[in-house]
Amino acid sequence: MKKTQVQTIVNGRPVEFLCEPRQSLLEVLRDNLSLTGTKEGCNDGNCGACTVEMDGRIVPSCLVLGVEAEGAQIVTIEGIALGSGLHEVQKAFLEGAALQCGVCTPGFIVATKALLEQNPNPTEHEIRFWLANNLCRCTGYDKIVRSVQAAACRLQEEAPA
Amino acid sequence: MSTTLDPVQTQAAANGAAGNGVHPAPAYEPNMVLATRAYDVVGTRPVRHDGADKVTGRALYGADKQMAGLLQGFVLRSPHAHAKIVSIDTSKAEALDGVFAVVTADDLPPAKDKIVDVGEGDTRLAYVHGNVLAKGKTLYKGHAVAAVAATNVHVAEQAAKLIDVKYATLGSSMTAPEAMSSGAALLHDDLKTMEYGQPTDKASNVAQHFQWKIGDSDEGFAKADVVVERTFDTATVHQGYIEPHNATALWNNDGRVHIWTSTQGAFVVRDVTATILEIPVSQIKVTPMEIGGGFGGKIPVYLEPVAALLSKKTGRPVKLVMTRADVLEGTGPTPGSHVSVKIGAVNGGKITAMQGNLAYEAGAYPGSFVAPGGMCIFAAYACENVTVDCYDVVVNKPSSAAYRAPGATQAAFAAEQVIDEIAGKLGIDPIDFRLQNAAKEGSRRVDGPKFRRIGCVEVLEAMQRHPHYGAPLAGPNCGRGVAVGFWFNVGLESSCTLSVNSDGTVNLIEGSTDIGGTRTSIAMQAAEVLGIPAEDINPQVVDTDSVGYTSVTGGSRTTFATGWAAHDAAQKIVDEMKVRAAKLLEADAAGVTHEKGVYSAAGKSVSFREIAAQASRTGGPISASATVKPRGVGGSYAGNIVDVAVDPETGKVDILRFTAVQDVGKAVHPSYVEGQMQGGSAQGIGWALNEEYFMGADGGMQNNTLLDYRMPTALDLPMIDTCIVEVANPGHPYGVRGVGEANIVPPPAAIANAIQNAVGRRLQRLPMNPPAVWQAVANGN
Ligand code: FES
Ligand code: FES
Repeated sequence: MKKTQVQTIVNGRPVEFLCEPRQSLLEVLRDNLSLTGTKEGCNDGNCGACTVEMDGRIVPSCLVLGVEAEGAQIVTIEGIALGSGLHEVQKAFLEGAALQCGVCTPGFIVATKALLEQNPNPTEHEIRFWLANNLCRCTGYDKIVRSVQAAACRLQEEAPA
Repeated sequence: MSTTLDPVQTQAAANGAAGNGVHPAPAYEPNMVLATRAYDVVGTRPVRHDGADKVTGRALYGADKQMAGLLQGFVLRSPHAHAKIVSIDTSKAEALDGVFAVVTADDLPPAKDKIVDVGEGDTRLAYVHGNVLAKGKTLYKGHAVAAVAATNVHVAEQAAKLIDVKYATLGSSMTAPEAMSSGAALLHDDLKTMEYGQPTDKASNVAQHFQWKIGDSDEGFAKADVVVERTFDTATVHQGYIEPHNATALWNNDGRVHIWTSTQGAFVVRDVTATILEIPVSQIKVTPMEIGGGFGGKIPVYLEPVAALLSKKTGRPVKLVMTRADVLEGTGPTPGSHVSVKIGAVNGGKITAMQGNLAYEAGAYPGSFVAPGGMCIFAAYACENVTVDCYDVVVNKPSSAAYRAPGATQAAFAAEQVIDEIAGKLGIDPIDFRLQNAAKEGSRRVDGPKFRRIGCVEVLEAMQRHPHYGAPLAGPNCGRGVAVGFWFNVGLESSCTLSVNSDGTVNLIEGSTDIGGTRTSIAMQAAEVLGIPAEDINPQVVDTDSVGYTSVTGGSRTTFATGWAAHDAAQKIVDEMKVRAAKLLEADAAGVTHEKGVYSAAGKSVSFREIAAQASRTGGPISASATVKPRGVGGSYAGNIVDVAVDPETGKVDILRFTAVQDVGKAVHPSYVEGQMQGGSAQGIGWALNEEYFMGADGGMQNNTLLDYRMPTALDLPMIDTCIVEVANPGHPYGVRGVGEANIVPPPAAIANAIQNAVGRRLQRLPMNPPAVWQAVANGN
């Protein structure tokens, strides 16, 4: 199948790739760009494991075509950590034991970062509502929700008054 | 040095998340640890060793495997629930551009008539074989028929559609009652019922019927003042791990096969694949990749032999990854069940007789976990007269796989509702009634064994004392329910090697797939012996060429058994360290004592770190291995208190509050123990309220996506409070019991009891979804 050339910004750097029109952004990230931190759980928009940020919105990358990424700014799990350190959301997930198998974790972290950027002090209900498209089969969500709360606290403490 | 710690003092560490002002602290303690013994490392909450990899996306799961020349595959599956394969023509597929090879069952060596160990038990090789690629007949919609390797997955899928399979469809048997009825369509011509362990010549879908019995239940029922008998059904449900199955294989030019896969047991994959392909186990190396959940469903071998065959045919590495529909239609699930329970008790509350009749749907091949269901159904009770009958029934659904305490949840859904009903009829508090009859050390389980030290009473007492149990319950159509459940802990086999680094840290090599933080809980047990921090251990899960045999991550055994191997290896290190310390201290090795990483003799001492730095001068590298086959297994009891609100207009059930209590022996890493309890509870809630295979008239699953196979989301659940009870298992160095599974057993029963208390209706079928509850409320049943 004929390939299309696509220019994007991935995790802050310009990236060019060739992809078939039928390839999803998820497939392109994983197979063409070797960014395998973004996971596939269902390939039809129902699990959230493939969540990435695209032009400031979170999307299931399995429901976006690679060619649709032309000109877009994309942030994946690989772009969340700050240099050699970790983002507060990542730290909170580790300290709060918010992952067991960890396959849902990249999607949850990308989604949580976006939530806290929009709503720095969400209620428990707002957290649960926002994360309702991210399935986790291991944790029962309790420690995830608590870790999001902990990250919110820390980010607010850090934020300039 | 047994100390009873005040639970309120032991909890604070866990809940840093909620307490610093921005969010109000909860009015009660959500996670209690009723610790009975304190250690330095065991019982603390270090950050897991693989944490950074897992929050940055660096951890490599099976589907992330990439290598030069990698081909991708696709598996063609049966569209029919039951059909004869008349012919398969692969020529069009093979001719498609980009296709490298196609395989069918004809590419597998024919299955010998023998028994194989498949991880948590034995089965006939022909069944494993037949499930990997169908031979002659397909037995369920989704049964693998052929596979293609191509340049990419799209070409492989396109090619699979070009494979021309001619089927002659057959009548199907979809449920246990249907499959057991006379005239039912038979799945296997050569399947004859084993009756009480004896072969019969009855061709049937009932693979086995057996009975366990203690005392005389008829006599027991005759003495009873109250007898309740009811029948219950549960739908087929799936383990629901988020990561689909996958396997990458390279059949190398020297005949060695390398497999990278997500599995609960790398050695099982090695051994089963070797048996199917008829090559020696030493010719296969299995590298367990990170695994995205399993819950028992990633013990069976599905893709590995197929990927290996495709690699052999193409001379290239081949990766197979299932789609979500493949996962739902071709793997797992857990059996649907049909269970009747009869219990009798006298006024005053003593149970005089218990009787259970369990028929479980094994799916396409025998082996439904009805036996553990039968062992567990009354395991919470000491009763002199018990009879349990079990039927293992094949039906035209995917071959069932273990799912967290396999078989026990269906059984508890039945037994714990009848127990509740009797307590109600006798006017006794449901926890008091259970306590009066609770199994304890010395009680006999129906299948024979006498319990060693168990924590059934302690779990019930913790439930009774928990603030949740006495809390007021407000609102119309609200109800509170309780239930308890039991699950085993298996020993099997584990290996571990420790090597001391010159900077005083220790590399730990083990073979247990880490599904939920077990690298850390295993490392902590070595650290405790060595007297060093958990962070100074570097645990690694390695391939089957690099560590001694290790059985599956299953049966709630990993922290228990592989942790024990780490403990034993660490003890050997301590012994060697004493010899080295003696040299450094110029003392007699026999006189060296060790405490918390400090080795002393004759008033002088030297630290673990110093000995490590001097190893080269005192005799060379320090390293030790240990293997275990533990017998001192510790079964676990779990109990739930759950509050529900039922909407009588829609039938929707909301969980208002949920408390999970479990005896874990000793919580090595309490956060991950709580995580197991919360995760098992959430799965139990999904099983109770939503999850179900909707089977169409064609015998196919109608809801094969995660939109329609609806597992609980964050929005469906409340916080899940935990109460860890520690009744030390005398069989383990730190008192550890199996933790991973018992927690899924009570939730459906507890929720059913809560619904009964809310609206006065007893639901006898899972799931208790809105239509079912609405109908029960509207029709009076
Ligand atoms: S893989 Fe995209 S939502 Fe599941
Ligand atoms: S941690 Fe396993 S799915 Fe979330």
